[in-house]
Amino acid sequence: MDEAIVSLSHVDAGYPGKVILRDVSFDIMRGEVFILLGGSGCGKSTMMKHMIGLNPVLAGELTVAGMKWGSRTRAGLCRKIGVMYQSGALFGSMSCIGNVMLPMEEFTSLNRKERKEKAMSLLADVELADAADKMPSEISGGMKKRVAIARAMALDPEVVFLDEPSAGLDPITSASLDDLVLKLRAEKGMTFVVVSHELPSIFKIADRAAMFDKARGGMVALGDPRDMKVSSKDPFVLKFFNRGDSHV
Amino acid sequence: MFEFLGETCVCAVAALFRPHRFRFGDSAVAFQRASFDGIPVTSGVGFLLGVILAFQCAAALKAFGVELYVSDMLAIALFRELGPVVTAIILAGRTGSAFAAEIGTMKTNEELDALTTMGLAPVRFLVLPRVVAAAAAMPVLTILSEIAGLVGGAVVLATMGVPQSVFWSHVADATTVTMILFGLAKSLFFGFVVGMIGCFEGMRTKSTADGVGRAATGAVVGAIVAIVMLDGLIAVIADLWEI
Repeated sequence: MDEAIVSLSHVDAGYPGKVILRDVSFDIMRGEVFILLGGSGCGKSTMMKHMIGLNPVLAGELTVAGMKWGSRTRAGLCRKIGVMYQSGALFGSMSCIGNVMLPMEEFTSLNRKERKEKAMSLLADVELADAADKMPSEISGGMKKRVAIARAMALDPEVVFLDEPSAGLDPITSASLDDLVLKLRAEKGMTFVVVSHELPSIFKIADRAAMFDKARGGMVALGDPRDMKVSSKDPFVLKFFNRGDSHV
Repeated sequence: MFEFLGETCVCAVAALFRPHRFRFGDSAVAFQRASFDGIPVTSGVGFLLGVILAFQCAAALKAFGVELYVSDMLAIALFRELGPVVTAIILAGRTGSAFAAEIGTMKTNEELDALTTMGLAPVRFLVLPRVVAAAAAMPVLTILSEIAGLVGGAVVLATMGVPQSVFWSHVADATTVTMILFGLAKSLFFGFVVGMIGCFEGMRTKSTADGVGRAATGAVVGAIVAIVMLDGLIAVIADLWEI
């Protein structure tokens, strides 16, 4: 965990004409589970969109695996990252296994049998081998997210981004996704960057976290969230971790 | 729109050089939905169009005792203008709106973002197969619509006592190969336009409650306006070139 896989230096995040977060700097180390956290609308998903190359940063420098997003580096960088979107974003016209095989079909020289074997292995990793031939409309929200994680790992990425994996899930399904993240990190050594504001999930999986505050328009804390909860001097951070009560 | 058109053309040229990268399966599904599933409505509207045209024209021409020439007029009107234009309007309503709604829903479900972060260009993956399908479906539907229109006209004239052999021989005399090819070329072009506008509206769908609905409406209205304008332009060019 001593090499930065994602590095931000004085980054301004937002959209053209609207800066949401200013002057954000931190590194995400290889092999860690890193959480982007904060209240609703604070800019954590926007920050993730910069990291995965959907939107360019407004200022500063952002590198993933040592490269900046650009037209020349895009193709290479896309194979170094995997993304699970909040809704799963599975392609409705393809079965679950079809979704997982798609990146391999486009970017590897594996034949159909090899692709299918690898996709089945990935679905087994997320405990959904039985649902391989089902269509996304036939499976639950939690299962969609698991299939999306399997698809995100199809090209053996160096870093996997998860956008609010717990959103819309019951506590048991949400906890099982947390276990899955920890299992995949342990087995495959992947780096996970997770956007979340679910405290039980954060305390369970996070190595480190960056906390953003909408009112101040920037990062207000960086480190182990367990330490933040007990030793932060920042009233916003204390209030966030103690569910609204800043005096706890 | 021009950037989108350019990107689609670049993808189309790239697909010519690397045909294995073209998504034939997706295009075949879109073609089947645009063409075969649209046969009943297209041929039905074409038949009724022929009936209405024949009735209206026959009523006027009967006064001069030349209602037989309705068959010539029907052939020229259907093959040159009405066949391609009416079929394109039906395609805009059925297929253009469906393209906009499908792609718009994918956009609101973050599926376009997922494609982008996988390194797959949404234009190559979603737009090109659909535009090719729409362009390929149009000539098929246009021919069916034209034949159905002529059958409608034949039925009307049969009720007025015109023998079928006379009707169809007049149709054959009034029709030229150039006229048929001109109509089919127009239909191919209109299919491309309907596909492009449908996909363009889908790609720029906003993630709001009415976003997909607006995209579908925009696809139909935009395509109809574009078809009528382009048809006028083509008519002028055809007249100048004496086609």
